[in-house]
Amino acid sequence: MKTTMKLMATTCLTLSASLAVADGHMANEMTIVSWGGAYSSSQENAYHIPYAEMTGVTIINDESSAEAVAKLRAMNEAGNVTWDVVDVVASDAIRLCDEGLALEIDFDEQLAPGDDGSTPTEDFGDLLVSDCFIPQIVYSTTFGYRTDLVGDTAPTDVCAIFDTETYPGMRSLEKRPINNMEWALLCDGVAKGDVYDVLETEEGQAQAFAKLDTIKDSVIWWSAGADTPQLLADGEVVMGSTYNGRLFSLIEEQDQPVAMLWDAQVFDLDGWIIPAGLTPEREARALDYVRFATDTQRLADQSKYIAYGPARASSAPLVGQHATLGIDMAPHMPTDPANATNTFLYNYTWWADYRDDLDAKFQVWLSQ
Amino acid sequence: MTLVLAADGRPLKASLNRALRRQKLRALMLIAPLLIFILVSFVMPIADMLFRSVENEIVVETLPRTVATLDGWDSESGQAPDEDVFTALYFDMVLATEYKTHTRLGSRLNYEMTGISSLFRKSGRGVGRFDTDTYTDAIQAADPAYADPAQWAAWMADDTVRAALPMTANTYDAWAAMIIETEEDVPAEEVPWNFVFTSLYLEVTEGAEPPVALDLSGVPLVSLRDQFADVDEDWLDPEVWQVVKIYSPEYTNGYFLNSVDRFKGAEGAEVRPENEQIYITLFIRTMIMSGSIMGMCVLLGYPIAWLLANLPARKANLLMILVLLPFWTSLLVRTSAWKVLLQQQGVINDTLVWYHSTWFGQLLDPVFMGLLNICYAFVNVITWVWNVINGIWGGTDGLYMDWAVAGFERLALINNQTGTIIAMTHILLPFMILPLFSVMKTIPISYLRAAKSLGATNWTAFWRVYFPQSVPGIGAGCILVFILSIGYYITPELVGGTKGVFISNRIAYHISSSLNWGLAAALGTILLVIVMGLYWMYDKIVGIDNVKLGG
Amino acid sequence: MSALPAYATTGQRIWYYSFRVICGLIFFFLIAPIVVIIPLSFNAENFFTFTPEMLSLDPAGFSTKHYQDFFTSSDWQLALRNSLKIAPVATFLSVSLGTLAAIGLSQSHVPFRRAIMAILISPMIVPLIISATGMYFFYSNPYIPTPFGRIDLPFTLTGTYWGVVLAHAALGIPFVIITVTATLVGFDQSLTRAAANMGANPVTTFFRVQMPLILPGVVSGGLFAFITSFDEVVVVLFVGSAGQKTLPWQMFTGLREQISPTILAVATILIAVSVVLLIVVEMLRRRSERLRGLSPA
Repeated sequence: MKTTMKLMATTCLTLSASLAVADGHMANEMTIVSWGGAYSSSQENAYHIPYAEMTGVTIINDESSAEAVAKLRAMNEAGNVTWDVVDVVASDAIRLCDEGLALEIDFDEQLAPGDDGSTPTEDFGDLLVSDCFIPQIVYSTTFGYRTDLVGDTAPTDVCAIFDTETYPGMRSLEKRPINNMEWALLCDGVAKGDVYDVLETEEGQAQAFAKLDTIKDSVIWWSAGADTPQLLADGEVVMGSTYNGRLFSLIEEQDQPVAMLWDAQVFDLDGWIIPAGLTPEREARALDYVRFATDTQRLADQSKYIAYGPARASSAPLVGQHATLGIDMAPHMPTDPANATNTFLYNYTWWADYRDDLDAKFQVWLSQ
Repeated sequence: MTLVLAADGRPLKASLNRALRRQKLRALMLIAPLLIFILVSFVMPIADMLFRSVENEIVVETLPRTVATLDGWDSESGQAPDEDVFTALYFDMVLATEYKTHTRLGSRLNYEMTGISSLFRKSGRGVGRFDTDTYTDAIQAADPAYADPAQWAAWMADDTVRAALPMTANTYDAWAAMIIETEEDVPAEEVPWNFVFTSLYLEVTEGAEPPVALDLSGVPLVSLRDQFADVDEDWLDPEVWQVVKIYSPEYTNGYFLNSVDRFKGAEGAEVRPENEQIYITLFIRTMIMSGSIMGMCVLLGYPIAWLLANLPARKANLLMILVLLPFWTSLLVRTSAWKVLLQQQGVINDTLVWYHSTWFGQLLDPVFMGLLNICYAFVNVITWVWNVINGIWGGTDGLYMDWAVAGFERLALINNQTGTIIAMTHILLPFMILPLFSVMKTIPISYLRAAKSLGATNWTAFWRVYFPQSVPGIGAGCILVFILSIGYYITPELVGGTKGVFISNRIAYHISSSLNWGLAAALGTILLVIVMGLYWMYDKIVGIDNVKLGG
Repeated sequence: MSALPAYATTGQRIWYYSFRVICGLIFFFLIAPIVVIIPLSFNAENFFTFTPEMLSLDPAGFSTKHYQDFFTSSDWQLALRNSLKIAPVATFLSVSLGTLAAIGLSQSHVPFRRAIMAILISPMIVPLIISATGMYFFYSNPYIPTPFGRIDLPFTLTGTYWGVVLAHAALGIPFVIITVTATLVGFDQSLTRAAANMGANPVTTFFRVQMPLILPGVVSGGLFAFITSFDEVVVVLFVGSAGQKTLPWQMFTGLREQISPTILAVATILIAVSVVLLIVVEMLRRRSERLRGLSPA
């Protein structure tokens, strides 16, 4: 019994002692949340390393951006926010901002002006889709195909994914309705401007599912960004959708026989938010980091490592060559005029409403 | 009758009882630390999660006044509620917008009816621009005292004013609390907002006595019902209000209804349209696939356990390492290894293609195809059972086997149910072998010899003598494998594709993507109840203290 | 089964050998994924694919760069350090509390024995996703329920070292309970009585008599608890944060975000560690049987 008591006592003591330590969040440390993989390492090189050198702050990387909204909600419920800066896609940022989980930013006050003298509001322009969201990159979800498996006629049109006769074999699509429903309608003759109006109706949804039905047996559904590149590299699929930066790394860095199909690429934004409810000291440091990491030069620097377009207009002329391969990055950007001949705009507000509903239907459809 | 006494002179019975009590107490003292630890670190979290499946405070917390007035609305009327409810909604909405809770409520109600999320978001933006500023202007014009923040604060501290203007007092208090919390200002230095003036106007026009006399007869009523309808016509849709009313209690069974493909309608539970039914199918699929995995584990585990139990100890222990090694290798790694093995351009398919290209492959092809067809027939039986069960439930989802082998095509072994079954059989096989092994080790092999010497054939000896004694091991292994497999999440996620996923995957999806935590908790509760039922069976059949992990 | 007798008939011979072949195939099924991992971890490319160079055994197709990556990448090293910081403490907690409770449970008169046992084993039975979500919510905002309402505790465990340790300790406990109670079944209670007779106090009896005899059970329970924590990914993903990322966490995010054979290199190292651990357990088991006077055969 004595041992029990002793054990209990020591456990309690160590517990309380370490909790006390955990509470006093180390002053010179900040947790930055991002997506992991090549994307995180581009941020590491372009932002974290120079910032740490400049300020002596230790940066801890957390790769939880995929669960950012859920985790921030739980942290907020608990009143203990452990993240300092979070990288999220625009739709998540809008949601977080709506719910008061992200700090509202005064862009002109708190961000650096552009190198060309423009104010941040002018420099980011339309990309400021939420009061809490500081855009960082423009990326697109687009298709890559195996050059050695498509025969003589390389696909140029997004509807090639529905053409299993010319391009037999599997394709990979993301395991969610977003983007797939739009592509299905586009390839079923719906005009670009009407897609969301059509998708709002039961018949429109049925039409999209019917179109997807035509290729259902030849689709591998992915849920992680790394899936399609791996499937393409293995020759498991002929073509597949993924983020353009992943395809760039597959084609240029890994040297795989894969090419890009830019048609009907869907643009999306990714950027920073600062969680609400930080102590003033941490908030100030987070703002300082974000101000540094989203200035003109830093945004242009990131494009040396990954093929995503910088969100500032003033960064575009500074986009140079790949850090190790030495190739020009501009032609690989989704926003490059040659690539952006036919693009599709993702409607954040529409999906915010219909996401749950369509997702349930999509899951049923998948399991049928 | 003489009393038997113990050494210390007490009656022996009492002394023995005391000793027994002490012994019990000592045992409990030893157990207590762990029991408390498990209760705090494990049982409480689960209880807390179960609670979320019925908790629904968000509606009444965000829209308290609306919920209270909505009681008087007749949901059968086919009409949206009248002005009173919209007035209450106006107050609630202004406050919720400032606290930024309205979108969260919107997404909560959007689970029940598509479109409510944007309705709330739009209204949050619109509610600050309502025409109620005419009240404010008119009242302040009628008497400048109403433009004085300090005067307002003084009135609202005065009980007679509060008694005369209960609604205004209520909105003022809510406004003051909000000013302190979200704007970090002092209420006594700020002029109240339009909605406080709105309540003052409404009370005065109904004959209440304001602190300073007001003549508001010339001020027209601003219909808040019309104001809301201007922002979004959906506010006049009685179905929206029906949803708000149905979900206004603090506790709801709505999440549970959702998790069995029903929804809470005006008359109680109603069945969802067919193209939105997923959960029952998913539960049944989880059960059937776990059943198949369990069956595979018995088929593969039984011979191994037999071999291990009947080999000399040294050899058996060496072979045991082959069983335990995968058991101790990271689950993630084994799952990704199966990916490498099973995919279309993977090791197994490559080997098959190579095998077909060789001369003995060509020669043996009929044999190979025959074997595959046997497997296929086996799978067809499962499919049939599945469809029968499914027919009873009225589901539409058949089980599709992707294992049709036509000619020399590469087999689809991954991203479907086959993939999940293979990978999970591999992962759970040790959990079948270990309990089987520990039971078989206790069955003397001499029984078999005795049976044979009495004239039994090999088969009869096994089937009538050995097998019945090994049934407890099969039972233990089966329940263990089944319990573990219906809760699996990582492996189906990685190799299951669309049809090989389990209910746990949906739970994870609702936790981290759709953020419908209540539904996740309800699904989790159902799963937990199933598991606990099986656990109870396990306890009855095997006894919990008879679980063995090797040796 | 052990050997084929000389008088076996042809049928028996065929059955004997085909049974062995079937068992061999099943063993192959068990071990195949592990066999695949090891060569792939020496892949020169960044994918999980057997390249043509590898199949033709061309040295250019192989490299140790994924091992280098593991030993030089700060993320992997942080994950390794965290795993080594979390698993032993969680194991210590589950072993110390678990052993005491197992001793308590093995006494002859324990009230509510079945119910207590059921609660203690439940972490192994409850689906991990449920445990994980429950802990995620509760550890974020821990409280003590009382009849008068709940008392919120002024700290949070989600995203802290101790949160992960507590969660892992809870998950490891059933293994300790199961193995230690199994060892205690064979334990001769008269030994403790003899010790007490000779004047040893309970603590001395425990450490000098009982502990050495049940030690193998405790150690193998501890190993199970250790592996549980070392290999656990679902709970740590929910309860932990980047500061506590463990090896499985890093592997999981690695599989999700960037498929790299570094994961396989880590796995190969872990397999090697597992083999060593398994051999240790086997040796301990033999020792235990010797000590308890049971012959190994």
